[in-house]
Amino acid sequence: MKKTYVSMELNGEPVEFLAEPSQTLLECLRDTLHLTGTKEGCGDGNCGSCCVMLDGTLVTSCLVLGVEAEGRTVKTVEGMATGAKLHPLQKAFIDHAALQCGICTPGFLVAAKALLDQEPDPSEERIRLWLANNLCRCTGYDKIVRAVQAAAKEIREEKQAQ
Amino acid sequence: MSTPSYNVIGTRPPRHDGADKVTGRAIYAADFQMNGLLHGAMVRSTHAHAILKRVDTTKAAAFPGVVAVVTADDFPQTPDRIVDLGEGETPVSHLRGNVLAKGKVLYQGHAIAAVAATSLQAAEQAAKLIEVEYEPLPCVLTAVEAMADGAPLLHGGDTNVTAHVHHAMGDSDAAFAGAAVLIEREFTTATVHQGYIEPHAATVLWNNDGRVNVWCSTQGSFVVRDVVSCLLDLPVSQVRVTPTEIGGGFGGKIPVYLEPVAALLSKKSGRPVKLVMSRRDVFEGSGPTPGSMMRVKIGADADGKFIAAQAFLAYEAGAYAGGMVGAGAMCVFAAYDIANQTIDGYDVLVNKPSTAAYRAPGAPNAAFATESVVDEIARELKMDPLELRLRNASREGTRRADGPKFRRVGCVEVIEAMQAHPHYSAPLGEPSHAEAKRGRGVAIGYWFNIGLPSSCVISVNADGTANLIEGSTDIGGTRTSIAMQAAEVMGIPVDQIQPTVVDTDTIGYTGVTGGSRTTYATGWAAHDAAQDVIRQMKLRAAKLWQTEAVDFADGVFRAGERAMTFAELAGKMSETGGPVVGQASVNPRGAGGSFAGVIVDVEVDTGTGKTTVLRFTAVQDAGRAIHPSYVEGQMQGGSVQGIGWALNEEYWMNPEGRMMNASLLDYRMPTILDVPMIDTQIVEVPNPAHPFGVRGVGEANIVSPPAGIANAIRDAIGVRLYHLPMNPPAVAAAIGGQK
Amino acid sequence: MKPFDYVAPTTLDEAVHALAGNPAARVLAGGTDLLAQLKGGRRETPLVVDVKRIPDLLSIRMEEGGLRLGAAVPCIRIATNPDVRAQYPALAEVASLIGGTAIQGRASIGGNLCNAAPSADAVPLLIVLSAVARVAGPAGIREIAVEDFCVAPGKNALGEGEFLVDLFLPKPAAGFKAHYLRFIPRNEMDIAVVGVGVSATVTDGQITTARLALASVAPTPLFVREVTEALVGKAPSAEAIAGAAALAEAAAKPISDMRAPAEYRRHLCGVLSRRALTAVLQ
Repeated sequence: MKKTYVSMELNGEPVEFLAEPSQTLLECLRDTLHLTGTKEGCGDGNCGSCCVMLDGTLVTSCLVLGVEAEGRTVKTVEGMATGAKLHPLQKAFIDHAALQCGICTPGFLVAAKALLDQEPDPSEERIRLWLANNLCRCTGYDKIVRAVQAAAKEIREEKQAQ
Repeated sequence: MSTPSYNVIGTRPPRHDGADKVTGRAIYAADFQMNGLLHGAMVRSTHAHAILKRVDTTKAAAFPGVVAVVTADDFPQTPDRIVDLGEGETPVSHLRGNVLAKGKVLYQGHAIAAVAATSLQAAEQAAKLIEVEYEPLPCVLTAVEAMADGAPLLHGGDTNVTAHVHHAMGDSDAAFAGAAVLIEREFTTATVHQGYIEPHAATVLWNNDGRVNVWCSTQGSFVVRDVVSCLLDLPVSQVRVTPTEIGGGFGGKIPVYLEPVAALLSKKSGRPVKLVMSRRDVFEGSGPTPGSMMRVKIGADADGKFIAAQAFLAYEAGAYAGGMVGAGAMCVFAAYDIANQTIDGYDVLVNKPSTAAYRAPGAPNAAFATESVVDEIARELKMDPLELRLRNASREGTRRADGPKFRRVGCVEVIEAMQAHPHYSAPLGEPSHAEAKRGRGVAIGYWFNIGLPSSCVISVNADGTANLIEGSTDIGGTRTSIAMQAAEVMGIPVDQIQPTVVDTDTIGYTGVTGGSRTTYATGWAAHDAAQDVIRQMKLRAAKLWQTEAVDFADGVFRAGERAMTFAELAGKMSETGGPVVGQASVNPRGAGGSFAGVIVDVEVDTGTGKTTVLRFTAVQDAGRAIHPSYVEGQMQGGSVQGIGWALNEEYWMNPEGRMMNASLLDYRMPTILDVPMIDTQIVEVPNPAHPFGVRGVGEANIVSPPAGIANAIRDAIGVRLYHLPMNPPAVAAAIGGQK
Repeated sequence: MKPFDYVAPTTLDEAVHALAGNPAARVLAGGTDLLAQLKGGRRETPLVVDVKRIPDLLSIRMEEGGLRLGAAVPCIRIATNPDVRAQYPALAEVASLIGGTAIQGRASIGGNLCNAAPSADAVPLLIVLSAVARVAGPAGIREIAVEDFCVAPGKNALGEGEFLVDLFLPKPAAGFKAHYLRFIPRNEMDIAVVGVGVSATVTDGQITTARLALASVAPTPLFVREVTEALVGKAPSAEAIAGAAALAEAAAKPISDMRAPAEYRRHLCGVLSRRALTAVLQ
């Protein structure tokens, strides 16, 4: 099948690539653009490991075609840190032991950031509802919830200090 | 034992691989890239039990982009023999047959052939062109059916029972006569999967010099090395396995599935080949943990002392011998001091994937049975269920029916901690609606933990930092918990030690990351390697100071008035004889078993039968908690897996042996919205056989949750369930049956 | 996935043209059903027509007499739309029920309807809201009542070359309430074992309209017309509710599968119907 030209903005930078129409955005990110931070755990939208932001909306990239990204903006876990400085969520996940094997971590981070970007002070229930699209098999989720709460607090305090 | 004061142990430093794992830089098996890489696809059986009449790869081989196609015939046909390559004693033919079926398929999802092509799409399309002709055979799907007369036989002979484990002490039959309370019940549990989020993946390059290079996600790189060399009939030194980061295992990434196949494809194509399982492949083609049928009978006197116990355990082995019943038989009554016991365990072939370890394999099944019966005895005797358990608890000197006497263990301390926990005396609270009922349950469990060999090498740098290399793949922060033990010995902060997990060429043999052994055994190797460093450093100080007696404490070397910090002395390595490299290998026999328990509150919606876990407290004896956050994490993770096992997870098979729910949608592992915070309480009864008292904490925490939840549901609705999962239809039926 | 071609028309006409003469082409909205089916090999297609660049399919607007909801509007926009939340709270609720957050970023109510799964969460609610589907095709535009839209598992009433443009939901009258209640074993990321959509209008202590529809208990979402007859004209009462719930339970024709046994689904029809009707009537 002939490949299609796709141009999009990826983590703030313009990128161009060729995709077969049947390739998912996840495959394009991982295999074509070599950004393997976005993971595949199920391939059918049920584990959340492949979460990315597509035009500002949280999606599972295994259920998006690469060709659909034409003209769109995509953000992945690789775009979370600012230079050498980790995003507060990234730091909180380390400090609160919110990862064990780490395979679900990129998806959780992208999803949690989507939440905190629009709701700076979510309740525990709200955090759990928002993250229910993301499976973790190692942590039992307790420390993930606490890390998100801690990061939210830090972000709020950073904003106040400014 | 008095509590020693530590500088590093018991603190909560950030993990060394943290930044890599939160930025997406950490390379897991499927992330591995290489020039010239080919992509593989597998053909898997669509029948649960069938003779392979014909496997025709002609059309696939001719498909554009295809470079190699392999079947079982491509393996060297070495004579069969029994080997132990880290997965227990197994015939080579079984290892080989599970990787690629020969002659017969034994479960739906059994691998039959594989294709390597220049793109994944081409490989997948070509795989569909492989023609497989089956002669279907009747299949058998549960241990009970497989033990019945006339059951279809998987491996010929006259039975599907591959092993009978028998443990006995005293005379249980006679002793039951003196029981004031005698409870005997039958239990069944469904087949469940470990459910790691990362599917199996491997890349292999059979290089032009004959060396085989493997990059894969595994709990044991040396197991992969030994299995690959065995199945491909190569010297062990010709195979190098480099473990990538691993996205969960829980026992399920000990068996080897893809690596030998990718090796065959690479040999044929002359190029590196990557194989990645789909989620369906993971469910259908990798090891779940056994479903089981169990009968447990316990007799107690009027004071609640258990006087006799019997257990019958029939566990699914899956398609090949070597299931988990042996461990189940060791653990079934391990929590209790019972003089008269008879335990019979049967390992039974069924047409399901060959079973694999899953976190304390075999023990949660057994504990579901035992702890349910213990709960019934407590109700019968109107005794507090923890008081009853305390009265019978195993302690130092208690003999298990399988032979060993316990050394110092923490069963009593765990139960006492549960009794003292505020959760145990907290009110249950009012149900959230008129049709809801609440209940509380408790249960305890045991896992023996294992030792196995580990190696560790520490190189000291001139600035006083050190590099530590080890062979234990890091599934949950063990780089750090191992480095902490070296740092404690060397008297330096743990961030001054850089731990690295290396390939099988670079470090001495190291057993699997499993059996709760990594922090225990590899940590021990790190401790000993650090001691080796200190021993050598003392010699350097002695040389420098022209003395013989050098002491080392709190990071400072001393001889009389003279003193140097670790870093100062490290700066003088060059002038005192060159680099200091410490090393150690251990094969410890003294793994300290871990006891754990849960207190769990549930609410059952009597209209729908749905159980909600309201509050959950996990208590576990860690021996010594090296990194308390990671100990808590193990307890929380095991608890939530236990909740999933208790309430929803199962292999839902149709009569033809097809798993109908082989997706993360329908397998129903707990989401973050299905569980509450998991409170943890770490108990520390140091293991006398480890330099820091470590017991290992990875597994015991999953043993008691299903039983604890069963007891809580019983408390809520007044009916007991004897089958896992206790899903909403089952609970609703139990409530309906009571009306 | 088996290879296919892809087009993304920007007008209704272009979409009609793309689908014309290609009966095996598939319309792509959020893709959470279609792409999962293509990947799993349960469907194949030579051509995917992405309708998410057609403005009509992405708009939510209040019109005279009701709400017009573009077929491809993702659930997350529906759930957070102020008009929807104010006037059709049950629709906002169901949009936040389908899948998890990331699925809601893609999945649409229109796609949920077109996929015609017996378990579709939105369809019972659309039925009790008396929604009407507007479809475009080679013969122009036509309308289909939502209760007539699903004809068999995975099959809808669309003719060759037709696709769903939008859904029209009539403005609720005073005293009108609707509710969708679903049972799943987990709390999220699960397929309805049973779903019940109900709506009713109570005027001066008397039920003047009542509708009930079920998910996951028949080959298509099931509109239980008997419930309307049983309730209209009565005063809301526990007795009336129990009677209607019994009718729902009797109307269900469930099957047993890996998600639940038939008798349990039937039992749930009664329980959930009673609870959902109680929510709107008391």
